[in-house]
Amino acid sequence: MKYLYYPGCSAESTGKAYDISTRTVMEKLGVELAELDDWNCCGATSYFSTREIDSFAIAARNLSIAQQQGDDDLCVICNACYTTLAKTNRYMAESAHVYEQVNGALNAVGRSYDGTKPVRHIMDVLINDVGLEAIESKVTRRLTGLKVAPYYGCQYSRPIGSFDDTEDPQTMDRFFEALGADVLTDFPAKLKCCGGMMMLTNADVALRLCHEILKSAKDMGADVIVAACPLCEMNMEGYQPRVNSAFGTDYNIPVMYFTQLAGLALGADPKQLGLGMQAVSCAPVLAAIPA
Amino acid sequence: MPSGEKIKICQQCGTCTGSCPTSYLMDYGPREVIAAFRAGMIDKVVKSNTIWLCTSCYSCTVRCPANIKITDLMYELKRLAIKYDLLPKDSKNPAMTKYFIDNVSKYGRNHEVGLMAKFMLTKDWGMPFRFAGLGLKLFTAGRLPLAPKQIRGKEEIAKMSAYLDAQEAKAQ
Repeated sequence: MKYLYYPGCSAESTGKAYDISTRTVMEKLGVELAELDDWNCCGATSYFSTREIDSFAIAARNLSIAQQQGDDDLCVICNACYTTLAKTNRYMAESAHVYEQVNGALNAVGRSYDGTKPVRHIMDVLINDVGLEAIESKVTRRLTGLKVAPYYGCQYSRPIGSFDDTEDPQTMDRFFEALGADVLTDFPAKLKCCGGMMMLTNADVALRLCHEILKSAKDMGADVIVAACPLCEMNMEGYQPRVNSAFGTDYNIPVMYFTQLAGLALGADPKQLGLGMQAVSCAPVLAAIPA
Repeated sequence: MPSGEKIKICQQCGTCTGSCPTSYLMDYGPREVIAAFRAGMIDKVVKSNTIWLCTSCYSCTVRCPANIKITDLMYELKRLAIKYDLLPKDSKNPAMTKYFIDNVSKYGRNHEVGLMAKFMLTKDWGMPFRFAGLGLKLFTAGRLPLAPKQIRGKEEIAKMSAYLDAQEAKAQ
């Protein structure tokens, strides 16, 4: 099994552990990842705020390279990159104007793109291509008794909803059940917004949103929150001390990329999963998993 | 904006406003934004804090019974606000947007450290102090590399924008 791989900008800095743990997990599962050559920023939400067509054009540069590089699907780990790239395909199919403009811009730099490169979220690949049975068979350290709060975040299944439900996604629940965890399937904040970039521009608003998610996880007795997006992970993890001082709380909840926790179940060394990079110590999680 | 004409069939049910995680802080909720848009009071909503409080969570978009792409509409209004310089005085979001794009145009990728440094220096002097504890932790853990990663094809980003600039000018 082979995929082209789009790490995204955060995976080179604040979200480095997501990239490290993704590569480790995929290797354990026998999935080959070939990094997309000379990929650029997906455009994120900022490009949509200047000129919509620019955002589709710069996203399409990546997809055009992907098409040139090979026939494998493009696997994306960041929720926001995934949505931006998949949305570009969708809008190119829906609108002839978008299609033409994007190709005009690409032609100006000697490229072209027909809008058909499949963009796949890593969880989509894990659940639907690798399969839960195959994953379960490779577990060497079941997460028995570990209370996992699956945090999906906004752009996991919204707005596209191609591999999971937009209102009640379940894939991450099923995934961690296969790894033996005690998944908090009723985690009420699983789809609540973390505030995204607002942590930098409107901190009061974002801190309150994170407070609500952390409170929900604590009330459920979560040992760990798992995330599939570098921005969600950073907001919920890095900003816990700020949330605590703003709301008089004492949260100290480990937040991990879902691939980090999966890697532990698959027998990877914590160093191969970037676990030392977390701002909230993951030691209690490691201690809670039966050896 | 593809399928933007759909705002004509909004039935003002308010599902968008009820689904929005930040509507309680907005001058006008998303439902009111659509009403104002249709009533020709675009200037009011473009100047409001509403559009800058949209987190792009897409809750409204997936729930709208008329399939109006409300998040995209918010982006459209952000673009109008930036284009006609109708920005709320205290809003830091437009600067963040601009610096993000400058960053990507220059390197081809977003250099998070550079983006944050520029934002702090120009828009939020207090941030370095509030961020110091976390910043140090992230830096020590290797999560804040100082050097930007540059792509080989970085000129392509600017060239594509220039092409689209020319197309826009031609259309007007």
